[in-house]
Formats: sequence, C-alpha cells, structure tokens
Amino acid sequence: MADLKAGTRMKSAVCATEVMVIAAARPDVALTCGGAPMIGMAAEPAAGAAIDAEHAAGTLLGKRYVNEAGDLEVLCTKPGDGSLAVDGEPLVLKEAKALPSSD
Amino acid sequence: MNIMMLLEMAAQGFGDRVAFVNEDDSLTYQELYDAAGAAAAYIRQSGCEYVAMLDVTSLAMPVALFASAWAGVPYVPLNYRLTEHEIKGLVERVEPALLITETDCTRDFSGHEAVQVVTRDAFLTRARSAKALETPWSMDAEDIAVLLFTSGTTGAPKAAVLRQKHLVAYILGSVEFGGAALEDASLGCVPPYHIAGISAVISSVYSGRRVVQLANFTPEKWIELVARERVTNAFVVPTMLARIIELLDADSAAQLSSLRAIAYGGGKMPLAVIEKTIQLLPQTDFTNAYGLTETSSTIAVLGPQDHRDAAASDDPAVHRRLVSVGRALPGVEIQIRDDEGQPASAGERGEIYVRGEQVSGEYVGRGSLLDAEGWFPTRDAGSMDEEGYLFLEGRADDVIIRGGENMSPGEIEDILLEHPAVADVAVVGIPDEQWGEAVAAAVVLKAEHSAGAAELQAWVRDRMRSSRVPQSLEFWDELPYNETGKLLRRIVKEKLST
Repeated sequence: MADLKAGTRMKSAVCATEVMVIAAARPDVALTCGGAPMIGMAAEPAAGAAIDAEHAAGTLLGKRYVNEAGDLEVLCTKPGDGSLAVDGEPLVLKEAKALPSSD
Repeated sequence: MNIMMLLEMAAQGFGDRVAFVNEDDSLTYQELYDAAGAAAAYIRQSGCEYVAMLDVTSLAMPVALFASAWAGVPYVPLNYRLTEHEIKGLVERVEPALLITETDCTRDFSGHEAVQVVTRDAFLTRARSAKALETPWSMDAEDIAVLLFTSGTTGAPKAAVLRQKHLVAYILGSVEFGGAALEDASLGCVPPYHIAGISAVISSVYSGRRVVQLANFTPEKWIELVARERVTNAFVVPTMLARIIELLDADSAAQLSSLRAIAYGGGKMPLAVIEKTIQLLPQTDFTNAYGLTETSSTIAVLGPQDHRDAAASDDPAVHRRLVSVGRALPGVEIQIRDDEGQPASAGERGEIYVRGEQVSGEYVGRGSLLDAEGWFPTRDAGSMDEEGYLFLEGRADDVIIRGGENMSPGEIEDILLEHPAVADVAVVGIPDEQWGEAVAAAVVLKAEHSAGAAELQAWVRDRMRSSRVPQSLEFWDELPYNETGKLLRRIVKEKLST
C-alpha cells in the first residue's frame, strides 16, 4: 500500500477509477475502490478481481470525495463503477464551494 | 501534479465542447488535448529548454502552454509591447528557446543561435496534424510550469517561477470541475503575458467554459464580441472598463444583456467607474479579484453579494468595501504586518503577507522569498477591517517618509480625487534636503474644469494633517500607466524630481 499524501495518484484495481489525493492527514490508511485496495499508477491489477457489490455506487469525474472526519480528500481524475472507501468507511461527495469566477 | 492532468480531465469529461474561439477558428477540448500532445513532441524534438511566446492572444497560446507542461519545459510568455532591445534581453535569459511569434514578426533573432523561431501559424499547423508525444507528462509537482517576467513598475523585470504545484493548487482551490453551463462563454482580453491571462486559460479549461479570444483590446471590439458571441463572463482591468463604459449609455448597454458576470483586477478601480458600471449593467454580477504573479493569480475576491451589500449600505464602514478587494480565497491566508513585522490590528496599515499552496514567491536567481512559516511579503501595502475585507493602499515601497513620518500616497490621492475638478492624481515622495522626502503631486484636471495649485493645497490642508499637503503640485495631461492599468509611479517620481 502506497503512503497517501497530497499529489499521490492511485487507480482502482477493479474498475476504471483514478484519483489524486488532495489532502491526507494520516499516510497509513487503507483507501479502497470497489472494495479492493487502490494501487499505484504503474501497478498491474490482480487478474480476476471484481467490484464488491457493497462498493459499486461509482465515482464521478472531477468530484471530490472526503471521509467523515474530514482528514482525507481525493479528486476523481477518471470515473469508474466502483466507489471509494477508507478503512471500510465509504467516502462521500464533497459539496462544491460556490466561488465567483475571478478570471 | 501537472496542469496537463486538468486538460486531460476536461477532454475526458466534455471533449466535444468548444474550448477556445478566435475569429473564425476554434478548438474543442479534445482538439486542444491532441494539439498539446503533438506540440509537446515538437518541443522535445527542438531540444529547447524553454518555450517563449511573443505574440498576441491566439489559439497557439493555450496549445503552447499545455504542450510545454506535457514536454516538461517552462512556458515563458513575453510582453510584445516592450522595445526590441528589452525583448532581446529577456529572450537571452531563457535560451535555448523555441520562440513562437507572429507571422509578420520583423524582429531579427538571426544572431541568436540558441533561439529557434517558429511562426504562430506554423506552430499551430504542426500541432494540429502531427502525432502526440508518446511519453506521458511528468507528475513531479516541482516542475516549473511558467516563468513570468513581472511588470517591473519598480525596476528591471524579475522572472517569477510558478511550479506545477502552484498552478494546480490554484485551480483545485478555486474552480469547480465542469462547473460552466453549456451556454457559458468568457471573453479573454487580458494580455497573454499577464498572470491573469494564463490563469484564465487554465480556469476556463477546468470549468469547461468556452473562451472567446480578443487579441487586441479596443472597447468597440469588446462590446461587439460580447453581443455577437453572447458572452456571459469577462475579466477586465480597470482602464479597459473605464473605456468600455465611456461608450455606453442606458440604451446601448442593453446589447450586453448576456453578460452575467464581470470580474476585474490588476490595478486600482476608481469608485466612479465601478459605480457607473453597476448602474449601466444592473443585471451583471461584479467580482473584484486581487492577486499577484507570484501567487498564481487571485488570492482575494470581493464577490457579487459583497458588491450589492456594500453598495446598499448606509454604514460608511460597509459602503467603503466597494473599493476593497474582498476576502482571502479558501486555502489562502492573508495577514497585515506593521513596520516591526508584527500582525497589525484591524484597520491598521501595513504590508500584506500571504500564505497558501498556490503561493510561489520565487524568482530565478534569487530563490524563494517565503519566510520560515511560508509567508510571502507582497510589497503591497494595505489594511484589513474587522471582517477580513482587504484594502489596498499602493506599494509598500511607495510610502513617503517625510521628517520621520510615514505616509501613504493613497490617502492623499483619495482626498485630492474628491475635489470636483480633479480627474486623476498621483502622489509621490521626492528628495528634499530639509525633510528627507517631500510630498509631490501630479494632477490631471477634468475637461472644462480648472483649479490652481494653491486651491488644491488648501483642499488637502483643510482635510488632513499639514504634513500631507503636497509641497509641489504639477498639472499634467495624463498619468503614465502600463497596459494593465498600473500607475508607473517610478516615472511620476522621476519627472517630479527634476
């Protein structure tokens, strides 16, 4: 399992999802997608792995996902069919801030 | 991190949408992505270590910006309004370079072996027909994305370093991915060598907004494009807005009905200009943005609701916020420090410090100017009210020290601007044997108005401490501004000192 820190990119082992870590207060948490641990961008997913039906809500491109404690935030850079969780707790969609366009 | 990741997401999410329009030509997000890949291959092949852009805004600009990021080479936009001598001086600082420039460029770089010149059209044609670079872009957040020569209102241009991490942090902190509606269009008229021109390209890409490019700003052309392209968002510098509203009255302003939001920044907005604009365009939202090259653009905004609340308020402290630059963006901290470097209290004037992931504060050859806690001294002077609204008061270097007393040119200028005959004014300190520095003013009178030096000196004396009264006062036809609306105080000072 890779250490999670801001800027780290990871991909799902069971679907097309890719994320970039925006903020991670603790490096040693277990980030999963589709129920399986996420892997480094260069790693090959194990053959035959499938999405756990409990973790199949999907991810949306460009959305941010956070845990309840607010100490982990990831950005979805490629969407997929699996959904994200950390230490078994599902990540939730972070509400977009309504900022006026300044440029 | 790499800004190419942001473009890749846009191409993935809405590849068929139009990204940039210039006259009769355009690029969709997918076409922009493909062109960036092909141009990156070309850049790599050229062996250059910098990509320099000496040109007005064109479709080649976003292609070159993203292609440089893909190729892992800094993108260096150059100010084409500089003299040939100045431009050559800057180019020499970024050799070996691939220099993209206009077709009818007469500037001669034949003596510069380390400069490969390619015309805008040749560059674009190649980017649109060749195959993409096969190697992926680096995700090293420390890679330099952009080198930007600062405007140098106080001296020779410095090359500010913006790394991939700064630009990506700015976008992720301030823009919602795909947040633009299908009909949204923004008018890009800020010079492409200005940080706002660069950040606008990346913001628009990430939000999915169509950008209508305007290469050479004229107020007539701006109004025509807004009407024809049904532009919804525009960023202008104060001098542009002043020229636009000069051409508008209540009837002709109706052709700008598509304009939902105007953002402005880059210089001090005169109260009269923004008040008149709000009156002419009641359906438009206004956002004032404050930022610096060294901070990857915007760090504070005065949003539409702030404008409305301030405009409607009878409370002078709230009404005054109409000329503030608003509050810090999320993820950005702003602090005012006094002469001793201690945090200033609310309302107290001092130097503006800023901290955040988008803040670079680094220059080539000088390293980082961030202090141990990550704060960047902006050299801008300002104050902050109790609710965190930031007011700019010129450059910290502009402070006039007369007989040991510090005074801000801005406060004296504000008083003089209240005089009914005064259209514009610049106050500076000039050398003085008795006081060290003396207060001097250059005044531009309104057409068909008159006032003498003695009358204006008395006007200041009646309203401020006598030390603030300009000892010498000259009348000029106009003040020197750079093209983004920044007053060139250095020049005023030189002229008033002789």
